[in-house]
Amino acid sequence: MFSQFNRWQKILIPVISVILGLLVGAIVMLVSGYNPIEGYAALLSGSLGEGFYIGETVRQITPYIFAGLAVAFAFRTGLFNIGVEGQLLVGWVASVWVGLAFDLPKIIHLPMAVLAGAAAGALWAFVPGLLKAKLRVHEVIVTIMMNYIALHLCNYLVRYVISDEQNTTERVPESASLKSPFFETLTEFSTMHYGIFLALAAAIIYFVVLEKTTTGFELRSVGFNQHASEYAGMNVNRNIILSMVISGAFAGLGGAMEGLGTFGYGFIHGAFSGVGFDGIAVALLGGNVASGVILAAALFGILKQGALIMPLESGVPTELVEIVIAIIIFFVASSYIIAYLLQRLKKGAK
Amino acid sequence: MDYVIEMLDIRKEFPGIVANDNITLQLKKGEIHALLGENGAGKSTLMNVLFGLYQPEKGEIKVRGEKVRITSPNVANDLGIGMVHQHFMLVDTFTVTENIVLGMEPKNGINIDLKRAEREVQEISDRYGLKVDPRAKIADISVGMQQRVEILKTLYRGAEILIFDEPTAVLTPQEIKELIQIFRTLIAEGKSIILITHKLKEIIEVCDRVTVIRKGVGIDTLDVEGTTPTQLASLMVGREVTFKTDKTDSNPKHNVLEVTNLNVKDSRGVNAVKDLNLTVRAGEIVGIAGVDGNGQSELIEAITGLRKVTSGKIELNGKNLSSYKTRKITEAGVGHIPQDRHKHGLVLDFPIGDNMVLQTYYHKPYSKYSMLNNKEINKQAKKLIQEFDVRTPSEHTPARALSGGNQQKAIIGREVDRDPDLLIAAQPTRGLDVGAIEFIHKRLIEQRDNGKAVLLVSFELEEIINVSDRIAVIYDGSIIEIVDPKTTTEQELGLLMAGSKNKAGETENV
Ligand SMILES: Nc1ncnc2c1ncn2[C@@H]1O[C@H](COP(=O)(O)OP(=O)(O)OP(=O)(O)O)[C@@H](O)[C@H]1O
Ligand SMILES: [Mg+2]
Repeated sequence: MFSQFNRWQKILIPVISVILGLLVGAIVMLVSGYNPIEGYAALLSGSLGEGFYIGETVRQITPYIFAGLAVAFAFRTGLFNIGVEGQLLVGWVASVWVGLAFDLPKIIHLPMAVLAGAAAGALWAFVPGLLKAKLRVHEVIVTIMMNYIALHLCNYLVRYVISDEQNTTERVPESASLKSPFFETLTEFSTMHYGIFLALAAAIIYFVVLEKTTTGFELRSVGFNQHASEYAGMNVNRNIILSMVISGAFAGLGGAMEGLGTFGYGFIHGAFSGVGFDGIAVALLGGNVASGVILAAALFGILKQGALIMPLESGVPTELVEIVIAIIIFFVASSYIIAYLLQRLKKGAK
Repeated sequence: MDYVIEMLDIRKEFPGIVANDNITLQLKKGEIHALLGENGAGKSTLMNVLFGLYQPEKGEIKVRGEKVRITSPNVANDLGIGMVHQHFMLVDTFTVTENIVLGMEPKNGINIDLKRAEREVQEISDRYGLKVDPRAKIADISVGMQQRVEILKTLYRGAEILIFDEPTAVLTPQEIKELIQIFRTLIAEGKSIILITHKLKEIIEVCDRVTVIRKGVGIDTLDVEGTTPTQLASLMVGREVTFKTDKTDSNPKHNVLEVTNLNVKDSRGVNAVKDLNLTVRAGEIVGIAGVDGNGQSELIEAITGLRKVTSGKIELNGKNLSSYKTRKITEAGVGHIPQDRHKHGLVLDFPIGDNMVLQTYYHKPYSKYSMLNNKEINKQAKKLIQEFDVRTPSEHTPARALSGGNQQKAIIGREVDRDPDLLIAAQPTRGLDVGAIEFIHKRLIEQRDNGKAVLLVSFELEEIINVSDRIAVIYDGSIIEIVDPKTTTEQELGLLMAGSKNKAGETENV
């Protein structure tokens, strides 16, 4: 994207941003009378210190990877998918629904439930894709609106369709569950489930589709320059829709991980889960490449998980982690702004 | 000696390439100084260094005798250096005045004092004979006018030294004449000018001195008086250049392209192509001559499927293409060198290698079972880079990093290599150096000799006359006359293009 950044800079910018974020976090702790070393030590031990925490952290990382991939995929193809949150929610509910509605052997039932999540997310993203392609309605506006529709539709479904006016659905049966007794025992009964493998597989698929296939070639081409893509005979509208659909599928899978793994059921959401929005930050920090998204998701998982324990062990409030994350994003974003300005000037100079 | 600008031993490197290898350029006050060199020689880079966009690795810059460090375009502005880029940087939806004051708006309290700004802009415009309407919207004015807005922008910021990077490449012959007049006024008002251009005649016509660079190295600075285009060309290329394109008579065969009663609307919904008829046969080059905006672009877009046909037929080898999508047209055997290389020709953020297979990536051997084969793509790219002398560090370099002329050569290579039955070349040599132009013309003629049809659109009459076998004059959306390049003159063409059918003895709409 930002072609004047060489390989090193592309890696260096997020790394420096993370370090700066942590440093500023330390200063904030100092100023407010906490010991930053203790604070960070608590954060680390709370996310990686014990088997249980490691399990919880890995579980936390899983949906971040999916959400990050969803945002990144759209971004690499020239679209802003702000609707990952909504696509994730519909994926969640769809997977649980299929999990509850059928009684099948696991080898069929689980893949079916997972794919239902992907399909629901894809469908949810198809709408803004279609509107963009056919009517040039900006996808940011539509995806934001679709988030609210998703939230309330999912709540309705959970309450009146999938349960008997309850706040939660029943648990999905073993045959549709991603829960892993093996990992649970290994990690002192955390909620870690098989989803992480699906997430890593999704990252590989992301890489292959985008970088190695003719479809990815078209999608990236359309993302960079629609006019040239049209000139080259590509179907620009089809690619816009396809990009949104694939992005939505990643998001929907993220929801399925929550529905079939972490929780094992669906419930009424009073507000957005936030995972979809964090996906924007994950994608940005990860430079919109698969490996970067995994690393960024890991960092977010560690920070968020550690933040839960930090107040107990060192007294530093949870919100500090939000500050650190905000500052990391600020530094990453501002370096991109600088890059963008440079690029604009360069463009003019050619 | 009284130099306003001295760039001494400037060195600028890019990954894998030394763009400026200790170049020295000294600009006298009140002169027009040409900067001449092949595509990729490092001209734009050198000027970007002067304008503060790039930092040199070595060398020093003196402005009015004082050593300076130009770290950004703002610093350059403060030193009185202004640059008119080849691709304009204007906000389409703003007015001329708004664009000019952008970033340094005159204030009236906290409000922008647009009245005053408009007055000032008008004043400068009058002083230099720019004839710009301060209230016009950028989107509504011609490219030539937009360029003047860019000139105004630099003058408004107090520029004393103006840099022009290939300003005439985007202009029509008439606009070029006017620009030269503007140069003269600027000089009369005490400004100094550095001019990058590939058109040697322009240099001889307006410039005082010329600095020649070759492959990043400064070759010589000499007085223009007494030099000839041939002399300049050989200095720049390092070998003899012949200006005449040798070609045998054409030997046309069957009709390849047959356009009948074509009507096409432009983006505003107005008929731009009106009942147009045109035939291009195998083994001939048909040149379309016309003033910009007479339907050339719409005609090409219609043939290539980028624009809807309102009515009429476009046949390729007897097959009607008028309802086909671009891809099918491409596959049917149409190649297209587009007029706007940045908009249509290239995905600038893709490596140049990927750009070489922009229409063929889904074919073997570039992909198999939908999986890209990068080895084959890069092999093809290497081949074209070699064959068409595209100067780039490697096939992995983003297209954006190539010099303008080399981007153009890459596109031409891609299109010619697909060996289409009909090759449409719109301004194929815009921004190319004389050596490259010679090469491209040869390749177009070679296509013709191999029995292909070539449709050439160019605003340069010389090119049209030299390369074409038949010239079709387009005026107001129709072909009004077919003339023989061997017997016609630039004068006759000029009249025809203005809409007068002097051959038939009648004059209309002159
Ligand atoms: N940003 C960049 N990154 C890498 N290489 C670059 C960059 N800008 C220019 N180059 C390289 O530096 C060389 C000089 O380019 P430059 O644009 O100065 O040529 P030029 O003389 O203006 O050519 P043209 O007449 O084709 O515009 C070219 O080989 C080009 O590929
Ligand atoms: Mg240049």
